[in-house]
Amino acid sequence: MQTNQTHPVSLLINDTRYNLNLMPWISLLDVLREEIHLTGSKKGCDHGQCGACTVLVDGKRVLSCLILGVMKDGSSITTIEGIANGEELHPLQKAFIENDAFQCGYCTPGQICSAIGMLQEGKAQSRVDVQELMSGNLCRCGAHKGIIDAIMEVKEGEGYE
Amino acid sequence: MNNFLYSKATDINQAISQIIDGQNNKFIAGGTNINDLLKYFITKADKLVDINSIKDNHDITKINNGGIRIGALVTNADTAYHPIIEERYPLLSKAILAGASAQIRNMATNGGNILQRTRCYYFYDNKTPCNKREPGSGCSALGGYNRIHAILGHSENCIAVFPSDMCVALAALEATINISGSEGERTIDFADFHKLPDETPEIDNNLRKGEIITSIDLPEKGFQNNYSYLKLRDRSSYSFALVSVATGLIIENGTITEARIALGGVAHKPWRVPKAEDFLKGKEPTAINFVAAADLILEGAFGFEHNKFKIELAKKAIVRNSLMALEPEKQRAGAKPSL
Ligand SMILES: Cc1cc2nc3c(=O)[nH]c(=O)nc-3n(C[C@H](O)[C@H](O)[C@H](O)COP(=O)(O)OP(=O)(O)OC[C@H]3O[C@@H](n4cnc5c(N)ncnc54)[C@H](O)[C@@H]3O)c2cc1C
Ligand code: SF4
Ligand code: FES
Ligand code: FES
Repeated sequence: MQTNQTHPVSLLINDTRYNLNLMPWISLLDVLREEIHLTGSKKGCDHGQCGACTVLVDGKRVLSCLILGVMKDGSSITTIEGIANGEELHPLQKAFIENDAFQCGYCTPGQICSAIGMLQEGKAQSRVDVQELMSGNLCRCGAHKGIIDAIMEVKEGEGYE
Repeated sequence: MNNFLYSKATDINQAISQIIDGQNNKFIAGGTNINDLLKYFITKADKLVDINSIKDNHDITKINNGGIRIGALVTNADTAYHPIIEERYPLLSKAILAGASAQIRNMATNGGNILQRTRCYYFYDNKTPCNKREPGSGCSALGGYNRIHAILGHSENCIAVFPSDMCVALAALEATINISGSEGERTIDFADFHKLPDETPEIDNNLRKGEIITSIDLPEKGFQNNYSYLKLRDRSSYSFALVSVATGLIIENGTITEARIALGGVAHKPWRVPKAEDFLKGKEPTAINFVAAADLILEGAFGFEHNKFKIELAKKAIVRNSLMALEPEKQRAGAKPSL
């Protein structure tokens, strides 16, 4: 059986268009890191268990390690590299710095992309809800308190759209 | 992952013809289970048939019998947060939201959820015998570490549990599954969809080769006044159930007129005991009656070295969850016990 067949895939990543030819078994995470060299999204477990690879696909937070690149032809993708406005940090990036929301920083890109998705979903009413809806992002350094503080600050702050 | 071919189907007929043109072709929907299994070489595929571009089965719609039809390709998140599901079938909504994580629920589809495979550690470990992964090789869990395994309906060939939360609610709600295949369409009652391991643990359910799940129907009765889903696990979120319970009650003038109780995390399929539900009919919703029902549900339960505790845990969970169903407004996010 001929299995070296590639597929043309067009992705809009952080507002830049990429036309790629992908083998079917390459994960979206590997596309981002190995093909596009956007290494902000992290490979923590590669099995859906940690959230470090979280990105936004068509505005929704998902795990790029469990997605095949070929399945997302035509999608638009936002990674941690695409959320600041030039030199102006995203409100969540600022809040993470101000609230001591990381130590090693490995989980941080996934945490922030996940928090952006969560705030857009609009389902969290309380701090407890935020904890429950952020449980898909683990932090081995145990910075969870700072992470939730940072998200709450942005959630309750002014001017976040 | 092994190297495989990839094709996209845009309608059901295409999906079926693309799947039956090879011995080892597999559908892919959200990919959250099959990609994981492919990465561990537990599943191998010659070709993946991507069903996400099929034009139908992406909606939740009302049907003639007063119930609703949920497309197999609707995501778990869109199902749980759909206004009709939140209002009329909150038990289903709560059960879905108790499973996995927000990211996974955004990806996972309803069809894929029903067909997810067990989380038995030995099934996931290619180096150990496992009858489900490799028929006839033996069951490593029987004499191994079996904390997460079955206490009901197991066989000497396999003691794995079916890990879905959503399906525990679908069992309690008496959903039906609509299927298409090369020989036409058919419908299976939820209770008959998954099977016990018996002599063939490698087969999880009664879907035939080449068939595709198109939708799930829910009958009119949604138990929206008295319902509860309780999930007990080793961490309080993002963890599979040790034991879970879906309860729906109809109470008129202080008397139970209908009861549904389904257990998750205890068997190879969601577990229901009609005798226990009948027992509750005509009785008052008291702890004493729920204890008696719990005893009936766990009749015949048999635990192994590390999971005997689940028998008592399941009984207590049934009683606690039945009482929680009396006050749905007090329930907390993530199917935790009400305070
Ligand atoms: C870390 C982690 C934690 C999780 N925790 C939980 C949990 O707590 N509770 C819980 O319930 N689940 C949990 N899950 C499992 C998750 O819910 C399932 O992986 C998901 O529902 C599968 O759906 P999918 O669309 O991604 O399926 P896929 O992975 O795309 O497919 C799964 C299987 O179904 C087949 N298939 C898919 N759709 C169809 C169809 N329409 N017709 C015929 N065949 C089809 C595929 O061929 C494949 O064999 C967890 C998963 C992960 C990775
Ligand atoms: S319990 Fe079932 S899945 Fe687990 S090792 Fe035994 S046969 Fe395999
Ligand atoms: S790398 Fe994707 S969830 Fe861990
Ligand atoms: S900051 Fe180190 S893992 Fe979260």
